[in-house]
Amino acid sequence: MSKDVSLELKNISKSFGRVAANKDVCLTVYRGEILALLGENGSGKTTLMNMISGIYHPDSGEIIINGENAVINSPRDAFDYNIGMIHQHFKLVNVFTSTENIILGIDGKKFNLETAEKEVKAIADKYGFEIDPKKKVYEMSVSEKQTVEIIKVLYRGADILILDEPTAVLTPQEAQKLFAILRRMRDDNKSIIIITHKLHEVLEISDRVSVLRKGEYVGTVETKDADESILTEMMVGKKVDLNIHRSEPVNAAVRLEVSGLNCTRRDGVKALSDVSFVARSGEILGIAGISGSGQRELLEAIAGLQKLDSGSIIYHDPKTGKDENLRDKTPVQIRELGVRLSFVPEDRLGMGLVGNMDITDNMMLRSYRSGRPVFLDRHPPKELAQRIIEDLEVVTPSAETPVRRLSGGNVQKVLVGREIAAAPTVLMAAYPVRGLDINSSYLIYDLLNKQKENGVAVIFVGEDLDVLIELCDRILVIGGGRVTGVVDGREAKKEEIGLLMTKTVKEESANE
Amino acid sequence: MNKTAAQAEKKHESLFYVTKRDTMPFWKSSLIRVIAVIAALIISSVFIVALTGKSPLKIYSAMIEGSFGTVRTFWDLLQNMAMLLGIAVAVTPAFRMKFWNIGAEGQVLMGCLASVICMYYIGSALPSWLLIIVMAVASMAAGAIWAGIPGFFKAKWNTNETLFTLMMNYVAIQLVSFFIAVWVPSGSGILYPVNTDTECGWLPKVFGQQYFLNVAIVAILTVGMFIYLRYTKHGYEISVVGESENTAKYIGINVKKVIIRTVLLSGALCGVIGFLLVSGKNHMINTSMAGGNGFTAIMVSWLAKFNPFYMILTAFLVSFLKIGGSALARDPLLKLSTSLGDIISAIVILFIIGSEFFIRYRINYRGRKAEHKNV
Repeated sequence: MSKDVSLELKNISKSFGRVAANKDVCLTVYRGEILALLGENGSGKTTLMNMISGIYHPDSGEIIINGENAVINSPRDAFDYNIGMIHQHFKLVNVFTSTENIILGIDGKKFNLETAEKEVKAIADKYGFEIDPKKKVYEMSVSEKQTVEIIKVLYRGADILILDEPTAVLTPQEAQKLFAILRRMRDDNKSIIIITHKLHEVLEISDRVSVLRKGEYVGTVETKDADESILTEMMVGKKVDLNIHRSEPVNAAVRLEVSGLNCTRRDGVKALSDVSFVARSGEILGIAGISGSGQRELLEAIAGLQKLDSGSIIYHDPKTGKDENLRDKTPVQIRELGVRLSFVPEDRLGMGLVGNMDITDNMMLRSYRSGRPVFLDRHPPKELAQRIIEDLEVVTPSAETPVRRLSGGNVQKVLVGREIAAAPTVLMAAYPVRGLDINSSYLIYDLLNKQKENGVAVIFVGEDLDVLIELCDRILVIGGGRVTGVVDGREAKKEEIGLLMTKTVKEESANE
Repeated sequence: MNKTAAQAEKKHESLFYVTKRDTMPFWKSSLIRVIAVIAALIISSVFIVALTGKSPLKIYSAMIEGSFGTVRTFWDLLQNMAMLLGIAVAVTPAFRMKFWNIGAEGQVLMGCLASVICMYYIGSALPSWLLIIVMAVASMAAGAIWAGIPGFFKAKWNTNETLFTLMMNYVAIQLVSFFIAVWVPSGSGILYPVNTDTECGWLPKVFGQQYFLNVAIVAILTVGMFIYLRYTKHGYEISVVGESENTAKYIGINVKKVIIRTVLLSGALCGVIGFLLVSGKNHMINTSMAGGNGFTAIMVSWLAKFNPFYMILTAFLVSFLKIGGSALARDPLLKLSTSLGDIISAIVILFIIGSEFFIRYRINYRGRKAEHKNV
């Protein structure tokens, strides 16, 4: 009973163009277990799971389900084999209720919404989900939407559940709830595969860990025999020092003073309400919050890209001692004031860089206006490109390669390299390590730390609370566009930040 | 076990699958295009034999003869190609910016109209060289305005430029009809060349060739556009705005300004072609003077990947098919209708466009792994 194999993959390979996403991957999943699929970004975890759930078809290899050779050509075939995948990006109809979403697309029988609601409720009670079967999706929080997605696959009778980075969008408290549910499902003899790159989660939730590296299967270990350093070594292929060095701020002086920012999104929703804070030189200020809580608008407002309803952004010039209000200034006007503000936006290829242009032309984005009139001068950007490629060890065939051909880590090195080359006095970075492998992530942390030591005011928007606590001197927590607290990075606890992140949401729902 | 067999019967793996290619060396992609043209000629031969019963080689040589046979036909080909290339060059900056200007037809026509208006109302009151300058400026302004209106609306209110520029074509045609109706009281709708006596406002012959200046001006425009797009700050801004408006805003490019400036340039160049059509060739106007080149030019520009130098090749190919095809219809010995030329040119262009698929994608066959590596 306990060691029944439910799913077996044999020598699965899949390539996209010249890139091999999976090479001869073998994997075994048993009934009644939680298997963590661990690997760095780009190691082929999601591709592999997409082949099981019918989104891709393997180039070669076998998928064996319950001892039978399976050909899965579409998500519908996957459902027939009782496989359900919960994707990172939810696929729900906003104006439908949770029940309507759950029964959507099931054919072969007539629906009675009331009985369906009862069935949904029964599933929820069995595993301990909190769900309102009549609630519309657009009224739901991210974690509620995830619940709907999970019940959707359970309702279809899934025995093998695949969850793609389910905790990426959750607060620590919500993640704990999810884990409790997953454990109950395991005890109900279901097979659960959880894709993640967070080590502590792997150790907490899984029974066994399978590791992929660069599309290849590295091995499987029992979680009880594993620890962070063993897993990292399997993921990266060598030992990595997982400590972030944090120095004490020197001569911290107020560099940027933001007060009373209010801003409304195009759809009329308030993105920022009364946001005030200071950023000091020689300090890393972290910004924590559930994604979409106003981080983007805040940074873009400072960079001169977002119109504000009210408030002020005062920049204290360290050279002249003058104060400048950056509000309602365009990026060019800000630069003309002599404010050296660098910004590493969240959307690297869609905002920070131009994907189809080569590294040299991307360097030129910041500097093309200078030099001779009318015509471009490609020499200085070319030198800068060469320097960044050498200093930051960017892996690229040449400086003439379009940046979209580079891997995520190398794209980010190019972007951060360019922004740092401008010798900023304020450096803002939004999710600078998202999607990066461990080595690239630590390189980016190092670069931010060096900027801090050079007296730059660094603003770091992050999602991994462990990293924020290790890297930042102070952490500003925002929830629903409001500042819900400022904590000291050296003393803060993860749970404390997690509570602050959800504070406004809870207050608002209490008022309703 | 029975169930397994049933499932195997039910679900077959597809025999091949398509994957995206990374890059392809230039010689290889050129080779694929050449093969596409050859394949197109072979398929065309089948049609030729089936439809006319004549030797395909005879038809092809008649096409070549019709394009290159005499100095006159050769200059006809050059003139046709120059106009097509000129419009393709003109629409390119807008297309690079992902502003889908399909109103080149109307912009060229407005350029023609402006020139004819100058010739008609100024007549021979100005010296010819001065009239030519006035006409050129008026045509550029007319083309720029015709493109600028949709450009302004796009920048200001994000209207759909494709529909807008298309509609402007019809307005241009109606305007031309209106002026012809005013100028030709007989109602025949045919305007005869203006200033035939003084040739005032007519581009002069150079080296005895009426079309020399047209071809030379388009050549200069082509080189100029290549330099503009590649080596100037404006060209760089166009590329950034076209690739990602967010990036453009992020580095402080005034996106609205770039859109309007580029669209005005695009329209003004279309106006120049209109001026050349009037001053350098027809000396009059009718509603079909742009002759569909405003649309064909989009294909010419696109096939050339928006590179002005490649456009010389694509414009040549399209013009050759057109001139050669119409030569078939004129040939007294072959006695063919104009359709055969159209059929051949359609097949060739279809194959060239289709060959892009093989340049971008690779087809893999299942179970024959060894073959992958050679492709």
